[in-house]
Amino acid sequence: MDEPRSTTAADTGDQIEPTSHAVEAESVATEEPELEAVAAAPELLANSFGEYVRAWRERIRSGDSGALPVILGLFVVVVFFQIERSEFLSNINIVNLLVQAAVFILFGAAELFALILSEIDLSVGYVAAVGGFIIAELIAPPVSLPWWLGILGGFAATATIGLLQGTVITRLRVPSFVVTLGGLLLWQGVMLELADVDKTAVGGVITISTSSPVYQLVNSNMPVWLGWVSLAAVLAIFAVLSVTQAARRRARGLSAPPLSITAVKIVTTAVGGILLVWVCNKNRGLLIPLKGVPWVVPFVGIVLALWSVLLGRTKLGRYIYAIGANPEAARRAGVNVAWVRTLGFTLVGLTAGMAGLVYESRLGSMATDIDGGTLVLYAVAAAVIGGASLFGGRGKPLHALLGGLLIAAVFNGLGLLGINAAGQDIATAIVLIVAATVDSLVRRRGAGGAL
Amino acid sequence: MSTADSPPAQDAQPPAAANGAPLVSLRGISKSFGPVRALTHVDLDIPPAQVTALAGDNGAGKSVLIKTLSGLWGPDEGEIVWEGRPVHLHGPKDAEALGLTTIYQDLALCDNLDIVQNMFLGHEELRHGLLDETTMEITARSTLKDLSVTTVRSIRQPVASLSGGQRQSVAVAKALMRRSKLVIMDEPTAALGVAQTRQVLDLIRNLSSRGVAVLVISHNLNDVFEVADRIAILHLGRLVAAGPVSEFEPASVVDYMTTGRSSRTGAASGPATAQGV
Repeated sequence: MDEPRSTTAADTGDQIEPTSHAVEAESVATEEPELEAVAAAPELLANSFGEYVRAWRERIRSGDSGALPVILGLFVVVVFFQIERSEFLSNINIVNLLVQAAVFILFGAAELFALILSEIDLSVGYVAAVGGFIIAELIAPPVSLPWWLGILGGFAATATIGLLQGTVITRLRVPSFVVTLGGLLLWQGVMLELADVDKTAVGGVITISTSSPVYQLVNSNMPVWLGWVSLAAVLAIFAVLSVTQAARRRARGLSAPPLSITAVKIVTTAVGGILLVWVCNKNRGLLIPLKGVPWVVPFVGIVLALWSVLLGRTKLGRYIYAIGANPEAARRAGVNVAWVRTLGFTLVGLTAGMAGLVYESRLGSMATDIDGGTLVLYAVAAAVIGGASLFGGRGKPLHALLGGLLIAAVFNGLGLLGINAAGQDIATAIVLIVAATVDSLVRRRGAGGAL
Repeated sequence: MSTADSPPAQDAQPPAAANGAPLVSLRGISKSFGPVRALTHVDLDIPPAQVTALAGDNGAGKSVLIKTLSGLWGPDEGEIVWEGRPVHLHGPKDAEALGLTTIYQDLALCDNLDIVQNMFLGHEELRHGLLDETTMEITARSTLKDLSVTTVRSIRQPVASLSGGQRQSVAVAKALMRRSKLVIMDEPTAALGVAQTRQVLDLIRNLSSRGVAVLVISHNLNDVFEVADRIAILHLGRLVAAGPVSEFEPASVVDYMTTGRSSRTGAASGPATAQGV
C-alpha cells in the first residue's frame, strides 16, 4: 500500500493489486513490518517485542479488549479490600478465596458453552444440584459405590440432562431460554424427589463422609512436595509447548512470537504459579499445622485446560464458535449445526455436574436448600464478567476463571468487611452490569470497525 | 479491462476448455412454485474459464436459476449437464462435490473467526486429532497470494475487521482453495464502494484467468460490461438473450431486461436468442 495510515484497514478503500504486481508483492502479511490497527492476535502478527506490544495495544483500541477489563477489575478489587482489611491477602484468606471461586469458575465454564453458542442455559444451578445429590447418594449407604464411580454416575447424569435439553432445543426448535427455564423448575423438582426417596436424607440433607475423596476434594490438601512437583511439571510442559510451537511456525515461514515474548509469558506464568503454591504451602493452621494446595485447585485447572483445548484446538470447538457467530455460514460449510449445539448443551450439563461436586464437597453435605436460581445468575455473571460475550461467538475458559475469581473476591472481601448478604448481592449486581456494559460497548466498537 | 473471448490461461486448464465444450449446460430447465412459473425452458451454456453475467430484472428468475444450479432444489423439467454428463443434484453438497461453489451476497463468513479459520470452516486440517493451524495458514496464505490479495495485514485477523472487498476476497479464495470449477457469485458488487468494486472485479477476472468459470449475477451494467465475457438475460423466467458481450450494448441489455426483446443490435448479427444458444 502507498502511505502509512493510522486507521484500520477496514475503513479505507483497499484495493487488490493487479496480477502483474503480484510478483513483487511477495507475502500476504508476514513480511509487512508496519502494523495497523487490526484486531488480530498479537502473537500471530508480530515478530519482535516492540511490534508485539504495539499490536496488542492496537487490538485493545480496536475494541477487542479480551480479558483486560476483568484483570483491571480484579486488581482494583484486591487493592481496595487489602487497604480496608489487611487480612484479605493473608494466606488463609487467599486459599479460602480460591476454594470459594472454584464453584463460580466451574459454573461459569458450564455457562460459557451456551453463551458462545449464542444460547443460554438457565438450568445449570439445579442440574448441578441433581448431580450433587446423585453423587452423594451413590457413595453413601445403602448404595455405597466407590467414590469415583459415584462421581462418574453424577457426571453421566448431568451430561445426559444437558443432552436431553439440547435435543429438545435443536430438534424441536424450542428456544433454549424456554427449555432451560422449564429445566430450572423441573430439575429442582427432581432434586427434591431424589432427596425424598433417600431415607438417609434427614430434612433434605445428605452428609458426605469426611473420609470420602468427594469431601476431601476441597477440604484436603496436596502434600507440600507434590504441589511443587506438579507446578514444575506444568511449567515445563507449558514452556516446551510454547517454544516448540513458535519454532515450528517459524520453520515453516510463518510469523511467530519472538523469543522474548515467549520468555515473558513463561516467566509470568512461573511467577504466578510459584506464588500460588508458596501461599498454599505456608502453614495456615491455627492449632494444628495446615498446609498444601487444596485438591480442588488442580481439579479446576485440569477442567479448564481440557475445555481450552476442546474449544481452541478441535473441530467441535471451532464449530461452536462458528455457530455462535453465524449458524447459517456453519451450515453451508457442511457443519452439522444441530448436533454441535446438542453437544454444546451436553458439555454445559457435564460441567455443571462438576460444579455440583465442588459445591457439595465444600459444604460437606448436599441439601435441598441449594439456591439453583441464584447460582445460574452467578454462572452467567462469571462468564460475562470474565469477558465472554452475551451475544455469542466470544469467550474462553480463561474468562470463566477470571470472572469466577472476581465474584469470589467481591464476596470474600465484603464478608471480611462484615457487609451482609444484601450488600453482597448489590455489589455483585453492579459488577455484573458494568461487565455487560463493557461487553456491549466493545461489541459496538468492533462492529463499527468492521463496517 | 479486456473482454477477450479467449482466456489467457487456457493452457493451464486443458480438460473441457480445449475443445470449447461448455463446463455446464442447462437444458430446458423449468421450475414452478405452486402456480408461479419461475423458470420456463431455460437453456444456458457456461463455458470454462470465462465470466458469464446473468442479468435480469427483479423477479426474472435469477435466484431460482442459481439455486437450481447449486442443488438447493431439483428442476421440474430439464437437466443439468456437467462436463458432458447429465447430473442429478440432491443438495448443495452434491454441487460442491462436482466443483461448484456459490457465493451468496451475505458471503457466509463468521465474524469472530479469522481469515484462515473461515477459509477452512468445515474442512479443517487435523494433526494428531487437533487442528493443524500451521498447515492451514500456509495453504490459505498461498491461495490468497495466488489471487493477488495483498492488502490484508494478517490472515490471522478476524473477518469482522475486513472491508467489504476483502471479505469478498476471502469468500472467493475459499472457492479457489477447494479447486472449484464454477463459482457463482450473487451480486458481488452490491453495497460496495468504487474502490472495492474495482477490487472485486479484478478478483473475478483473476479467477477466470485461472481456468475457473464464473457466473455473476449483477444489476450493475457497468460491472457486467467490464467483467463479463458473455451475457445471459432472463425476463419473466425465460432466457431471452445470451451471447458474447460484444454482441450487446448497455441499451440493448436494458431492453431485454425490461421487455424481453430488443430492436437495437450492438453488433452486426445481434445476439442469439434463447433457442439459438
